[in-house]
Amino acid sequence: MLKYLLPFILFVVLAVFLAVGLKLNPKEIPSPLIDKPAPAFALPVLAGPEKVLKQSDLLGQVWLLNVWASWCISCRDEHPLLLQLAKLQLAPLVGLNYKDESAAANHWLEKHGNPYQINVMDADGRTGIDYGVYGVPETFVIDKRGIIRYKHIGPVNPGDLEKIFLPLIQQLQAEAA
Amino acid sequence: MNAARQALGKLWVLALLLCWVWPVAAGVEYRDFKQPEQEQAYQNLINELRCLVCQNQTIADSNADLAKDLRRQVYEMLQQGKSQAEVVAFMTERYGDFVLYKPAFNLKTGLLWLGPALFLFIGLVTLLIVIRRKKSLVKPALSTAQQTRLNAILEKGEQD
Repeated sequence: MLKYLLPFILFVVLAVFLAVGLKLNPKEIPSPLIDKPAPAFALPVLAGPEKVLKQSDLLGQVWLLNVWASWCISCRDEHPLLLQLAKLQLAPLVGLNYKDESAAANHWLEKHGNPYQINVMDADGRTGIDYGVYGVPETFVIDKRGIIRYKHIGPVNPGDLEKIFLPLIQQLQAEAA
Repeated sequence: MNAARQALGKLWVLALLLCWVWPVAAGVEYRDFKQPEQEQAYQNLINELRCLVCQNQTIADSNADLAKDLRRQVYEMLQQGKSQAEVVAFMTERYGDFVLYKPAFNLKTGLLWLGPALFLFIGLVTLLIVIRRKKSLVKPALSTAQQTRLNAILEKGEQD
């Protein structure tokens, strides 16, 4: 009996492993930054580069950091959702304009609408490196204590917004500062 | 005849020269190093760090924007006198063990490192079990009486 059962069990185990492997997205690399403090930055504001926004300015509230660029095609896919999210006014959405030119970025926002409460410019991508950015767009959810609680790689889709972002934002809003 | 042979020789040299193509590397920015050790460290690092956009290339091989930025980061850190280990720590803090082609041995990467040895071990054990079982299945072909007779024949030569 075992003689026939054992190969069958081995086959099932292998099949399960392969099936799970098929579902995994190799482009989604778990970020080591989860549950770590959001790296500090002090970057010029897109709307007025003489002003500087620091990561520490945002402490005490739940906020989202969305990494985007005018050259990024899939940023356009998630853009309507960001506009929708901004309308809900659950948490400030901060844009990290990544390796972009301010003129192009401003033009893009005029054309597609601006969901961001504020945008900062990371022209040379150094803050991007600090945040482990490798696939624009990326979206971070940061809690009141300035800890990164979630990182989303690639465009946000409606399911992500409803199942991940909204419940998480509500949960974090309920936490003490 | 001689001219033809010479032409053929030249052609042959040309063919050999054409074979002599250096692997084209993308990491071609000119970098100025004060010490050769630093340059060596730079080369080691950029050949050990993975480009996360094009996952099967090192940042030395890749032409992606991120790879360029990471090469610049490595160069700057080395210029600031940081050690190789410090650069590796900087990268893994941000991008995780995945950024290393040779990740450090830890709880998370243990299976990755030991997996092949584990499977080899399982294979060898299975092989051993199968061989043993096969061996025990083979019955002695001759009875004791037949064996003594065989020995006798082998010693004295065929007599019947």
